[in-house]
Amino acid sequence: MAVVTEPRASASGHRENFPVLDQRVHGKPLVYLDNAATTQKPQMVLDAMNQFYQADNSNIHRGVHELSERATRHYEEARVKIQRFLNAADWREIIFVRGATEGINLVAYTYGRKHIGAGDEIVISAMEHHSNIVPWQILCEEKQAILRIAPINQRGELLLDEFEKLLGPRTKLVSVLHVSNALGTINPVAEIVRMAHRHGAPVFIDGAQAVAHMKVDVQALDCDFYALSGHKMFGPTGIGVLYGKAALLNKMPPYQGGGDMISSVTFAKTTYNELPYKFEAGTPNIAGTIGLGAAVDYINEIGLDRIEAYEHELLAYGTAQLERIPGLRLIGTAREKASVLSFVLEGVHPHDVGTILDREGVAVRTGNHCAQPVLEWLGVPATTRASIAFYNTKQDIDALVAGIGKVKEIFG
Amino acid sequence: MLEDLYQEVIIDHSKRPRNFHQMADATRRVEGYNPLCGDKLALFVKLDGDTVQDISFVGAGCAISTASASLMTETVKGKSRQEAVQMMERFHDLLTTEKPAAADLGKLKVFSGVREFPARVKCATLAWHTLKSALTNAEEVVSTE
Repeated sequence: MAVVTEPRASASGHRENFPVLDQRVHGKPLVYLDNAATTQKPQMVLDAMNQFYQADNSNIHRGVHELSERATRHYEEARVKIQRFLNAADWREIIFVRGATEGINLVAYTYGRKHIGAGDEIVISAMEHHSNIVPWQILCEEKQAILRIAPINQRGELLLDEFEKLLGPRTKLVSVLHVSNALGTINPVAEIVRMAHRHGAPVFIDGAQAVAHMKVDVQALDCDFYALSGHKMFGPTGIGVLYGKAALLNKMPPYQGGGDMISSVTFAKTTYNELPYKFEAGTPNIAGTIGLGAAVDYINEIGLDRIEAYEHELLAYGTAQLERIPGLRLIGTAREKASVLSFVLEGVHPHDVGTILDREGVAVRTGNHCAQPVLEWLGVPATTRASIAFYNTKQDIDALVAGIGKVKEIFG
Repeated sequence: MLEDLYQEVIIDHSKRPRNFHQMADATRRVEGYNPLCGDKLALFVKLDGDTVQDISFVGAGCAISTASASLMTETVKGKSRQEAVQMMERFHDLLTTEKPAAADLGKLKVFSGVREFPARVKCATLAWHTLKSALTNAEEVVSTE
């Protein structure tokens, strides 16, 4: 188990919990700064999944035998861990999905199809990830509804006044990200929820980029839906969570039909199961769910308060270091920011920056980060993005800065 | 090795691309797009019968794709369609196979270092895919995906 010490010291200690970080790439020590794409997995998560396959593997909710009971117990324990992690009022409000993307699609497909019609409006922000744009575009096309885009400023901050002006009697849903994967902006989601609720519109929050970096309390936020991806919070890929208020979920039609989501089936009439199972058709990702539960345990052991404080310090250090580099411009300079250092370097395309950094052992993402509209909005076709997690250190930032030095050397 | 990828000729052509302009009297205009990195280029070709009489491009992309487009325009100017397509095939071999074709690729050999960087092969071939389309079809967008 991880030993918790002071934030500054903790980073190097916790780093040892992540076996993948202990390697060299292209002969250089790996510096993993692509955490907004996916985070690494601690040994504890790997062990939990291994344990399931080695000792408990069985299907859930069906068997009368011991293994099935164990598997079911571990699976449902993970749900309660997530409920507490998000401070949801009830475990039935936690629905397991493949990831935040599926959570958004589930709501678009069920809530959206039922409650949104011709001329109705859905409001999103200009900095959304493609996953919080395209499902609504599909819905709007099908229903002749209208997608409204709330603008942002050059720092990458939502213009709350402009956002509020878009709200009205036709607004049937607001869907915004909590933290921007491309810019790092933290949206004022509590304020967004209050504004939307004044106009009677429910709010979906895409929390994929937030949950590994800050405490989220869905009851305090009073949001109607919240989605997350396990792999962005030290859990496995292929598992995520949709939180929804029970009152809304109960009124929504099922998403997919199949086993486990029904209470009885006859050819004349099928009765759907209760929450949350109504939305969990078929055998779920059991090992992934258990792995996600272990990731929650792991985060809790360290504490999101310390993670947030440490990362804030690291982000400030990284920002200061990068700002000193001539010709480098940070993209996304919101006052409230987490985890992301996105930048462009004068005269060098991000793809070239990424290749050279890779050869220096530094893993970053380059391109439009599945957020093409926001980069177009800010007038850059692509950026290089370094994104941190609590296991990163100032030395990692220094390696990034040295790598950028190498880029400038090559491109003269 | 990074030095094999970013050879002097490539850096030079990426910073000062040749034949980098629009062409009002082009007979073919085709766009190429690499969604992975957002590289976009528009290729202008003036065909005289079967010969690439003139060729130019505009666009924004990484050093590899820009240099590749630049060197391609220099290489295929004055060549026949068939020669250009054959050159594309040899160029592709240079980037993807261990034993590149012995045939003379001239300056294009500077791209041999790309072979060690599989993620960058699409950058180097975007202009060539676009050219192939220009020589076979009329107006369309070519994607490397």
